Amino acid sequence: MKEIKSNKAPLFHVSKRNDQTLKSAILVRTVAIVAGILFCALICAIIFKTNPFRIIFELFNGNFGTERRIWMLLRDTALLLGVGLALLPAFKMKFWNLGGNGQILMGCLATVACMFYFGGKLPDGVVILMMVVASILAGAIWAVIPAIFKAFFKTNESLFTLMMNYIAAGLVAYCLNGWVKTGSGVLNPLSDANLPEIVNPYLLIILVVAVLTVFMYFYNKHSKHGFEVAVVGENENTAKYVGINVKKVVIRTLILSGAICGIIGLLIGGAMDHTINTESAKNLGFTAIMVTWLAKFNPLMMVLSAFFIVFVTRGMGQVQTACGITNNAVSNVVVGIIYFFIIGCEFFIAYKVTTRSGKTIGQLIKEVWLSFIALFKKKEVKKEELVQNDDETVTKTDKNENGEVEQ
Amino acid sequence: MITFITSAISIGMVFLYGCVGEILTEKAGHLNLGIPGIMCMGTAGGCLFISWYMNSVTISNTFFLWLFLVLVAILGAALFGALGGLIYSFLTVTLKSNQNITGLALTIFGAGFGQFIMDQYVNRIKFSQASVLIKSSLPFADNLGWFGEIFLSHGIFVYLAIAIAIVAAVLLKKTAVGLNLRAVGENPATADAEGINVTKYKYGAILTGSAIAGLGGVYYIMDYIGGSWENSSTIEGLGWLAIALVIFTMWKPDLSIIGSIIFGALYIASNYIIGISFAQMKLLKLLPYVITVIVLIVTSIIGKKETQPPASLGVNYFREDR
Repeated sequence: MKEIKSNKAPLFHVSKRNDQTLKSAILVRTVAIVAGILFCALICAIIFKTNPFRIIFELFNGNFGTERRIWMLLRDTALLLGVGLALLPAFKMKFWNLGGNGQILMGCLATVACMFYFGGKLPDGVVILMMVVASILAGAIWAVIPAIFKAFFKTNESLFTLMMNYIAAGLVAYCLNGWVKTGSGVLNPLSDANLPEIVNPYLLIILVVAVLTVFMYFYNKHSKHGFEVAVVGENENTAKYVGINVKKVVIRTLILSGAICGIIGLLIGGAMDHTINTESAKNLGFTAIMVTWLAKFNPLMMVLSAFFIVFVTRGMGQVQTACGITNNAVSNVVVGIIYFFIIGCEFFIAYKVTTRSGKTIGQLIKEVWLSFIALFKKKEVKKEELVQNDDETVTKTDKNENGEVEQ
Repeated sequence: MITFITSAISIGMVFLYGCVGEILTEKAGHLNLGIPGIMCMGTAGGCLFISWYMNSVTISNTFFLWLFLVLVAILGAALFGALGGLIYSFLTVTLKSNQNITGLALTIFGAGFGQFIMDQYVNRIKFSQASVLIKSSLPFADNLGWFGEIFLSHGIFVYLAIAIAIVAAVLLKKTAVGLNLRAVGENPATADAEGINVTKYKYGAILTGSAIAGLGGVYYIMDYIGGSWENSSTIEGLGWLAIALVIFTMWKPDLSIIGSIIFGALYIASNYIIGISFAQMKLLKLLPYVITVIVLIVTSIIGKKETQPPASLGVNYFREDR
């Protein structure tokens, strides 16, 4: 038998929280986001050797400084939100679709292929119709292959979809090699059969995604399909028991997921870049996973989380330019740190931490805060005493501080 | 053919570092999708330390210059890799966050972090010199013909990778620590009841695994491509393949030595097949990914117990859950 070293209770005791309220959840998340931003501003201030206020100014300047920047902010939010919406039903079903990038890329490839082969030879309307159909099909096919194997053989979907990303990128490189005769591998923007512009190049993308958002909201909350997805995600056995065909649901949901990714690829290829390269998916597939997860699978909350991530990313781009750093890596670092804060804060929503003395962390923070204020007030009092007589105060303050530490 | 095998071994070791690191982590029941990011962080750490070392130390004795260079590179890469692992393990073990999400966030962070350190703080003036030193092999390797070229012409980091893989295999299979670690990964509740400190084992495995994976990044930059640097997306891609290799080798570090060389051969095959067009070369570059997919499918169809991941992989352990 081992000897018991001490009879004290552990310093922290963690237990599941039963009294979760929406208010406390929102409070914890807000605190986490604010803490994350402050932490990043501090780090940036050290890296860039400037004051944090300038960084926060540039953050807003980068997003709202000019009319064009506002449009681009909205467009990028729309694209990211669109991919998030695509991944939403899959994640709700606990299907880890890490292949967003590949599905977007395939949609984009199908679009650009139509533009390349038929643009200028057939009427634009016909080509655009072909682009729409082809991109949706391409995205859906790229998503449904892993889904079929997952449904029938329980093949690990996260690695499967991940590998499909690289295969898609390889196919794009192969096609570019065939299309570009100079061998540079860079396809110049195609001018035929682009998607029509509404007012400016950005509004069409925003409108399409707005429609998608409404559609996905009702699909998830108020349709039979959405209900089935939720049940399969909760417990597959329950789903089987109530007569849901799990395989059918998995495959059907992933077709939808891939199709929406294909539409995003269509928008990128047809309305934004008018060309393609292996990075055309702009890593939206990965970022969108965070968007979906941060919003807890709520399409309307996803608008906020997508906006927030794009805001930080674009804003940091401006900060870097303003501070004379040429690479785009700092925004990834900052976004990553903010992710860590938000991911970590979920713990404090789901669990309650009690210290040895029986207080929760929330109470402890409150106490520290109160005593901090009290300390502040006392110091002001001390200052007044200091003015009155100098000799005694030195010893007096020492005693006071000691006393407080012991408390 | 001999050069093909030699360079297959060379690139394969990048996968081997990442793969052994990931195996240790997964044996503790944690699927770390942050390995690509950790490899980028390791690269940054190793290169940062090398740049400090090369620009401040003057040792005339080549052997000692080489010895300390290798030690410094290992130290930097392992330290920064373990830092990534620390973020991951704090979030997933202590704060019980979702492992996939945390891993992806770590990859995004690590890629940015690596890129940033490499561009802003690493001085690459003496990197080609350092790379030649790190690559230097036994002096008599050239005299031994094909055997010497395939097996003895590599830098120290290749043998280190193989040594680490063998040590990991022995540790997992033959020692009490390994048995406990596997118990934690299979069923943490039972392990906890047995008196094993689950948290300690998880932290230990994740930190060690991340440190090993970090070495892969610095090996790639300093040995395989000879000290040049473009951006972290290449290393990220290699990291994802390393994770795939874990499934390919069925969670066995000893098998992963052979597996990584096969992966390495597939990865570079397109450069060595003579008489194919540029377009076909592009398609051949897809081979490792396609093979991984096929292996995934085949192992899932066979569904044997030995080919399956640890039972509690991806599930966080909370003692009071029943």
